[in-house]
Amino acid sequence: MALPAWLPHLVAAATLALLPPFAAADAVPSPPSPDISLRLAALGEWLWELWELIAPGGKLHPAGFLEHKGHLVVEALLVLLIAYLVWQPRSSPSKKADERLTEKEIDQLCEEWQPEPLCPEIESFPEVEKPLLATSVLGHHIEVDGEKLLNMVSTDFLGLSTSEHIKDVCRATINKYGVGSCGPRGFYGTVDVHLQLEESISEFMGTQETIIYSYDMATAASVLPAFANAKDVIVCDEAVHYPIQNGCTLSRAKVLKFKHNDMGDLERLLVKVAAEDKKLRKPLNRRFIVVEAIYHNTGELAPLDAIHALAAKHKYRLAVDESLAIGVLGPKGRGACEHFGLPPGGAEIVFASMGNALASAGGFCTGAREVADHQRLAGQGYCFSASQPPYLATSARAALEAVAGDGEGRRQVAKGAAQLRRELGRVAGLEVVGSHERDLLSPVVFLRLKDAPESSVEARRRLSELADWVRRRQRVLITIPISSPIEWRDWGPAIRIVVTARHGEGELRGLAKGLEEGLKELSKKW
Amino acid sequence: MGSPPRPSYVIAISAYISWTVWFLFGHIRDFIRDVFWASKARKDYAPIRQSYEDFYTRRVFYRLHDCFNRPIASAPSAWVDVLHRTPVNEDKPLELTGDQSKVLNLSSYNYLGFAASDEYCTPRVLDTLDRLGWGACCSRSEAGTTDKHVELEETVAEFLGVEAAITFPMGFATNAFNIPVIVGKGCLIISDSLNHASIVNGSRGSGAKIKVFKHDNMTHLEQILRTSIAEGQPRTRRPWKKILIIVEGIYSMEGEICSNLKTIVALKKKYKAYLFLDEAHSIGAIGETGRGATEHAGVNPRDVDVMMGTFTKSFGSCGGYIGGSKQLIKCIRNHCPAHLHATSMSPPAAEQVISALRLIMNKAGNGRGPQKIRTLRDNSNYVRKRLIDLGLEVLGDFDSPVMPVMIYNPGKLALFSRLCFRDGVAVVMVGFPATTLVNSRTRLCISAAHTKEDLDYALEVIEDVADQLVMRYRPKDHKKERKVRSAASHMMKAKAGG
Ligand SMILES: Cc1ncc(COP(=O)(O)O)c(C=O)c1O
Repeated sequence: MALPAWLPHLVAAATLALLPPFAAADAVPSPPSPDISLRLAALGEWLWELWELIAPGGKLHPAGFLEHKGHLVVEALLVLLIAYLVWQPRSSPSKKADERLTEKEIDQLCEEWQPEPLCPEIESFPEVEKPLLATSVLGHHIEVDGEKLLNMVSTDFLGLSTSEHIKDVCRATINKYGVGSCGPRGFYGTVDVHLQLEESISEFMGTQETIIYSYDMATAASVLPAFANAKDVIVCDEAVHYPIQNGCTLSRAKVLKFKHNDMGDLERLLVKVAAEDKKLRKPLNRRFIVVEAIYHNTGELAPLDAIHALAAKHKYRLAVDESLAIGVLGPKGRGACEHFGLPPGGAEIVFASMGNALASAGGFCTGAREVADHQRLAGQGYCFSASQPPYLATSARAALEAVAGDGEGRRQVAKGAAQLRRELGRVAGLEVVGSHERDLLSPVVFLRLKDAPESSVEARRRLSELADWVRRRQRVLITIPISSPIEWRDWGPAIRIVVTARHGEGELRGLAKGLEEGLKELSKKW
Repeated sequence: MGSPPRPSYVIAISAYISWTVWFLFGHIRDFIRDVFWASKARKDYAPIRQSYEDFYTRRVFYRLHDCFNRPIASAPSAWVDVLHRTPVNEDKPLELTGDQSKVLNLSSYNYLGFAASDEYCTPRVLDTLDRLGWGACCSRSEAGTTDKHVELEETVAEFLGVEAAITFPMGFATNAFNIPVIVGKGCLIISDSLNHASIVNGSRGSGAKIKVFKHDNMTHLEQILRTSIAEGQPRTRRPWKKILIIVEGIYSMEGEICSNLKTIVALKKKYKAYLFLDEAHSIGAIGETGRGATEHAGVNPRDVDVMMGTFTKSFGSCGGYIGGSKQLIKCIRNHCPAHLHATSMSPPAAEQVISALRLIMNKAGNGRGPQKIRTLRDNSNYVRKRLIDLGLEVLGDFDSPVMPVMIYNPGKLALFSRLCFRDGVAVVMVGFPATTLVNSRTRLCISAAHTKEDLDYALEVIEDVADQLVMRYRPKDHKKERKVRSAASHMMKAKAGG
């Protein structure tokens, strides 16, 4: 509700009326005058008279004043003042009235307004316009557009997407529960298999409680806003993928980005925030550092040990997206937190996709009970969306069992990743993104051209020529991810290669060779 | 239509008293907790959930959380096996007791009855599972596009009567990640006040300015359109880049069909705005051939710029679609992060939608699809009429399978759910914060899978419980007294007459 416009006038008038009468007197010092003593004497006399008036017994002393009904005069004056102010034409709105548009003018403006088209004319990416059409399971090999290729695009790190056992599990579930769940978790959409999956994940990750989402992308976008709001701070790596960016936006928290994997920059930010908070005496708010275990955009590992140390030092909570690390890193396959030896609960919020090593769909967030439980009412993608199809829950659970027992698979992935990264590192003209020792473990390898042309369109064209070459000559499928204009930034064109446990030494060597030859061959033309 | 239901003063006051008692005791308990129990919060960290943020959860929700999240152990079809849990005990999680019972399901969005195994769909789904697996581990733009995805998109486009369509594995995400692709900074979203959370998320994530018009109020919508165009963007006063109006086909908490669609289309043409229609609940469920709100309102789907809907309801699968012009779909394919990066839709789920659509379009199954649509409509109208006759305060329109029944009082809310459940009927409770404090309601979702006996049984139970809870808020001889409450009941009469 807006305050009445005359209220400030009244307050101003009242303040003036109550101010001591001599408050205004000291405003301008008068120039020195020869007969200053005379004036001083006059002033003294005047003060004395004033005192006579207002001292006890004087006419204007509150008691005397009341007695002589003088207050009636003041009150009458006040009433008049109020009446005057109320009736006075309002100064500011009256101006607005002139500005106010007539209906006719609005019609005119509406007539004139021309919107932009709903979607701009765009140049379509060929791989989007005519995507590869898979006509088989995306296993070790896939059949696309009628040819059989070695699959180096799916993030099915342990090769579970072709497991006959899991397929049987899916079939049994579909026979029993149907396909969809036809309702959100709150409204009879909680199927017992969801509860079992949540329990299994908690057990696997060694946490208290887990909450599952039906889609990986909605996970981060729901988790962050559930915990951070406008008063809070999120510090995140600039390379985080879109769901985290979206979560940051939706949380309305203050979002600060540090340079990709740059601990110095992270510390600088944390110190800066602390200094600002201290200066403004901000009350204690929630502060989060959000990183990805393995970055979707670069394939690099986050130095979680260092980040955790900084988080603990500056009293930040750590939230880690383990999507690409579950089942890949850590002695038990729990991901990067385990790999870097963080204490249990070192990352308070851990979330991940089930669409990679678990070869299913959906996402989960795991942690202490209060972390998971809070999302059951505050996680938007959890409350307001139908739950995960039961067969994807049972398949994820079966996959989790396989992952827990598959130390060998993890070793294979690590070995393959290191091998491919080393071999590609030796190819002249190619640059493997992520040159740190720790990155050797990452099975998602991004490749750029060493002396890439200025224009990213041209760089992209060359890379896709190279990918095509490898596809034709080596029968290997690799792709170049596309970034969306609504993401924070474009990380530039790069070939993405995914190493899984099924890729043998020979296949990896062959790919590296193929890329080298292809590059040699093609660069003659470039 | 359009105005929120208003309880009488007595009922409103009693509801407020309930809330007051809950809040009062909650605060007293919080106070005692804070005084006697040292907080476990980590030093130098703000609590991960602030006390005021989860006050409602701790002190209200945990008193009736047995009415929510009830786990089931079967397909969510007409009857469903519900697992029993231990009674409410403070804020402790409810444990499964190992018992279960079969109850009549009036909760799931199983409008056309595709949740259960189907002689036509299920074998196809299993075949697809065999051939293409269940998880692609790959995004659509990489190698996650299978022939089933292409077929699905073609079928959806054909069904909707639009040029092209694109699909996503989750309906919520379809809104949340596509609205930011369509509009952005400098654009204006004009959104119905009762729009779904996914639309709100998408709008907030887009960076566009959001204005909300009163639910289903065309005068207000037009007024916002006019003033917005005339005034331009706030502060800079530049003209808006685009204006997107977002409405739903059936409002899931009100049961109302967007009956003003024709007016909205006229308005959006007049003011050159774009229209986004979310048909999550209406697609498959209303319209003569199940084509949703556009068919119901007699609007050409090509007049709606963005047709959005989900597969979780009528089709018994998961996911969502966007339909529209070729240009729009091309733009989304190239720009939507969910299409470019996230795991593609699981092929068996896609097959489920394809088969369901083939049945609905009567391309298979000897008329079973159209029969399902008719049964759903008859079932819905039967139940709605009976509920009105019982004197219950039912929201929404005839033909809509979503039927909220007003309970008003939050105490009755939990009791209603528990009593119905005891008598073998599963219903959904909707209360604060999804509604206002005094507008608590229960929601019934009717399915084509329900038989007449099922529905009669449900009505018997509801009548009994409603009597116990004194819920017949409509005057007894309402037929004479009641003014024509909605255009829909008007229509009903017209139908009966002609
Ligand atoms: C209007 C509306 N849009 C979108 C959704 C989300 O759909 P889904 O459950 O498929 O995520 C819903 C579901 O409840 C809805 O009611």
